[in-house]
Amino acid sequence: MLVLLPVFALQGPIRRALAAPAMQNWMTVFVAVVVQALPFLVLGVLLSALLAVFVPPSFFARALPRKPALAVPAAGLAGVVLPGCECASVPVAGALVRRGVTPAAALAFLLSAPAINPLVLTATAVAFPHDPRMVLARFVASLLVACAMGWLWQRLGRPEWLRPSAHRSSGGHGKGAAFWGAVRHDVMHAGGFLVVGAMAAATLKAVVPPAWLYTAAGNPAVSVLTLAVLAVLLSICSEADAFVAASLSQFSLTARLAFLVVGPMIDLKLFGMQAATFGRGFALRFAPVTFVLAVLGAVLTGAVLL
Amino acid sequence: MNRHVQAALMFLVGGAVLHAGTTDLYLRYVKAGLRPLLLVAGVVLIIAAIATVWYERRTRREDHDGHDHREPRISWLLVLPLLALVLVSPPALDSYSGMRAGTTLPPHFGLTALPAGDPLRLTVSDYADRAVSEHGRSLGTRTITLTGFVAFDRNGSVYLLRMLLNCCAADAQPVKIGLSGQVPPVLQPDTWLEVTGTYTGRQTKDPVNNGVIPFIDVTQAKPAPAPADPYESLG
Repeated sequence: MLVLLPVFALQGPIRRALAAPAMQNWMTVFVAVVVQALPFLVLGVLLSALLAVFVPPSFFARALPRKPALAVPAAGLAGVVLPGCECASVPVAGALVRRGVTPAAALAFLLSAPAINPLVLTATAVAFPHDPRMVLARFVASLLVACAMGWLWQRLGRPEWLRPSAHRSSGGHGKGAAFWGAVRHDVMHAGGFLVVGAMAAATLKAVVPPAWLYTAAGNPAVSVLTLAVLAVLLSICSEADAFVAASLSQFSLTARLAFLVVGPMIDLKLFGMQAATFGRGFALRFAPVTFVLAVLGAVLTGAVLL
Repeated sequence: MNRHVQAALMFLVGGAVLHAGTTDLYLRYVKAGLRPLLLVAGVVLIIAAIATVWYERRTRREDHDGHDHREPRISWLLVLPLLALVLVSPPALDSYSGMRAGTTLPPHFGLTALPAGDPLRLTVSDYADRAVSEHGRSLGTRTITLTGFVAFDRNGSVYLLRMLLNCCAADAQPVKIGLSGQVPPVLQPDTWLEVTGTYTGRQTKDPVNNGVIPFIDVTQAKPAPAPADPYESLG
């Protein structure tokens, strides 16, 4: 009641504030990001719950090479089969770690899957009809960075940094209970963080003057960094980011490649989801390193291929 | 947040998504192609909510320690898109966001000859592409009909706009067409207009991004109902 009373009293001003064009614009973008991402989140959560409940842990141990150094590129390449965006890959990678897959391999999968699956590569080809090498560059750079991150974790990573949120066993109520328990848990968790990402993207869109972007495109180093940071802030789904990159036509191809490599690996929404799935201590260490390696990988690949 | 509240929230979010997907509401935010996935997601969320309540009851009956597995507070944020979608249903992007951003052109795929028809109905982005990328060669002197909404720049010049969608409204970009010729003297921003006219070589630069804005020489302009899908999309 105490909350509702002021809301009732301030009904007029609240309604006027909500009706301002900037506020309406903000809300439209906010709802759009949530509505666009929700189906992919739900599908990713279903897939991850299926993996967690119905596939025996021994399967993954047998499917991947025994040596971690080889398991990393194998898992990275396996990203080709997950037809989704990053919203789907985080819960699936979480399930892989809980199933006993080497974390280094699961992380390579986490980073590569949203960028190199057929859906995303097709979208990239459609968005860059005159630069087919963009597709190859995206594939090579993403796989390279994913493997580098996997091997880096293999060498430097400590198991105590990784705290996968454990699904509580549902006390022997069978696979149905475990399956729906996992779905509920992941939807509530990742859904909350998705809302944070959507709010950030909508705020950015409403606050930053578009003219700033056009000034940044002039300088090669600034343009790469700008698009890399923009990819993090915008948190666009990897199935859609190629079209956004294509529309940023005032930037160089290498800068746009950086946008396409960084975005699926680390952005605001992903950071939240990674923190929820693997623990905050992990996300705080993992995200900056991913960002740096992704920018480097994109610049190197761009220099060779584009 | 205990499991019953979580189930209620999942049920409501699923219901809201179904509501948006079964009406034209979803077209304000995403492309038409997402509809099947939206419906599936809505149904899955509702089933998950029912399953949660059902298993919770069975658990309660068998052991009475009444443990509540609480999710972090961040889950409460899911209330926000629910309220926004159901109570506010924000409108499709309008002339405010359209004029804030620089004009855009669809990626140029090489154009085909115009189909038959007089006047011929084209999308705003197709017209802009033909007018800018090949200087209106395929348009010639044909009579063209375009539908879009009205927007004004700071100097009061009038444009016909359509937002071009890549994926969802978050990445929408405006395609602007300048109006010359028989433009109605009194126009309100955001009213939908059906414009009939011919190609003209006149162009202007968008001050926001120096993009090229083509013109159409209007012979007739009349108000039109807002289309079910307010956006044009790529691919």
